[in-house]
Amino acid sequence: MPKNSISKNNNEGKRDFLIISTYAMAGIGAAAVAWPLIDQMNPAADTLALASTEVDLSSLEEGQAITVTWRGKPVFVRHRTPEEIKLAQEVSLDDMRHPETDEERVPNEKFIVLVGVCTHLGCVPLGQKSGDVKGQYGGWFCPCHGSHYDHSGRIRKGPAPTNLEVPSYKFLSDNVIKIG
Amino acid sequence: MSKSKFKNPVVKWIDHRLPVFSFMDHELNHYPTPKNLNYFWNFGSLAGFALVTMIVTGIVLSMNYTAHVDYAFDSVERIMRDVNHGWLIRYIHMNGASFFFIVVYIHIFRGLYYGSYKAPRELLWILGVLILLLMMATAFMGYVLPWGQMSFWGATVITNLFSAIPLVGESIVTWLWGGFSVDNSTLNRFFSLHFVLPFVIVGVVILHLVALHRFGSNNPIGIDVKGTQDTIPFSPYYTIKDLFGLSVFLSFFAAAVFFFPNFMGHPDNYIEANPMVTPAHIVPEWYFLPFYAILRAIPDKLGGVLFMFGAIAVLFILPWLDRSSVRSSQFRPIYKIFFWILLFDCILLGYLGAMPAEGIYVILSRIATAYYFFHFLILFPLLPYIEKTKPLPISISEPILGGAATASAFATREKK
Repeated sequence: MPKNSISKNNNEGKRDFLIISTYAMAGIGAAAVAWPLIDQMNPAADTLALASTEVDLSSLEEGQAITVTWRGKPVFVRHRTPEEIKLAQEVSLDDMRHPETDEERVPNEKFIVLVGVCTHLGCVPLGQKSGDVKGQYGGWFCPCHGSHYDHSGRIRKGPAPTNLEVPSYKFLSDNVIKIG
Repeated sequence: MSKSKFKNPVVKWIDHRLPVFSFMDHELNHYPTPKNLNYFWNFGSLAGFALVTMIVTGIVLSMNYTAHVDYAFDSVERIMRDVNHGWLIRYIHMNGASFFFIVVYIHIFRGLYYGSYKAPRELLWILGVLILLLMMATAFMGYVLPWGQMSFWGATVITNLFSAIPLVGESIVTWLWGGFSVDNSTLNRFFSLHFVLPFVIVGVVILHLVALHRFGSNNPIGIDVKGTQDTIPFSPYYTIKDLFGLSVFLSFFAAAVFFFPNFMGHPDNYIEANPMVTPAHIVPEWYFLPFYAILRAIPDKLGGVLFMFGAIAVLFILPWLDRSSVRSSQFRPIYKIFFWILLFDCILLGYLGAMPAEGIYVILSRIATAYYFFHFLILFPLLPYIEKTKPLPISISEPILGGAATASAFATREKK
């Protein structure tokens, strides 16, 4: 009987639609419930609120460096000498793994500001204290796996894939910066 | 209902309604076990003992531990100095982790030597590899809890591995940390997961045992049990053998806990975590060293991470990589040699993981890494095509009792 078989097919089509839409809605519901449980692991509001730091650079003499904490990470600030600035600006970018000019990285050529975390696996490079090993290029040296950074924080030798990160910061006055 | 095998009326009453006693009698008492198992078959039950030891001492330690960056280090020192027997409980937990890995690594190499992963025990093996992965995650997070320098920097380096993933890597690392560096949120979640994962391990261990009891243990000659003449009941024969093995294990364990409790640790972890200063030489715990060596052998960040996880991934597919139908190395003269090379290779990788990544050590770790993957991906599938295996015995009883001394061997010959 053709009429019967058509209505049967229609019913089967309806049933499939109901089953598929039920599964789809259940899936969406499960994802909606799972999201808060997953997203709670992302940084909380108070963690995000601590996201900026102000630093006064007036007492920082030429050649000196300070390390400040920003978002739980060390930030390096170094007052560069004229020779170091000249070296950082004039070096050829041809052989660099991550070529960037010094001007791109340092808005005020005297003060260089960097996140003090090696881009390889997150160790803190040496070079901030006067007695530290500064590596072959005079900037910073990571003792964990031997990455050498230059006066501009650029990776020159070793396993790190990129230059030391420059945090977002601005000069509030001639001698005060706000990081973050 | 047939006559119950239990005499005690209370046991009989309970067992009729909830057959736990029948179950235990069947799986632990009568359970037919190949009669030729050697002492390498002790390490499964030893691993179970180590897991229970870790859970019991861990629960007790958690009663005295504070999961906060300002108090974690001091609370562990308080456990060591002030809490009654705290030093003993912590040293048992700390060395227990190392001994758990020693026992499990021997258990794994036992499986590799005697082909215990082959059909029909593929899932049994895969569940075992899953337990190993869970153990590694648990051990890694546990090592972070004392909040020493190695805890902090180990956590930093290992979580940073995920930043090698293209596009989403950085977001995943931030999500794992719950901040912009390893900090209080990280410590809290690691404590929570370190507490719960052992119970997940217990769950997988139960599945491991269910899969084991489906076909029973493999055995040193690797051929199937042909009948009851090849087996003996688990109790008392293997319960007593396991208990003897346990007493030997406990002698070594006690020696470590009481005389060399810090031998397998690192002195830098007795310095409180300092996010501003990285120790000169970061090394993971010894049981991660072979994997750490593989990570550092690859000159590319993402490549290193992939090879390190690949070293465990190949274990999951081992039952299908090995094309040989002969289980035991006793009958595989060429594989037997390579087995010992693999064991040496893994120990060499462990040594190289502890050395600085420079000079000869880099070259050696590249060779050792290459051999590891050669062994699994090329040797296992291809060796069976060139290797001439020795003839297998007719039954488990034959090599022991000789010739036609057993019914099954006799029957097999009669047919011919």
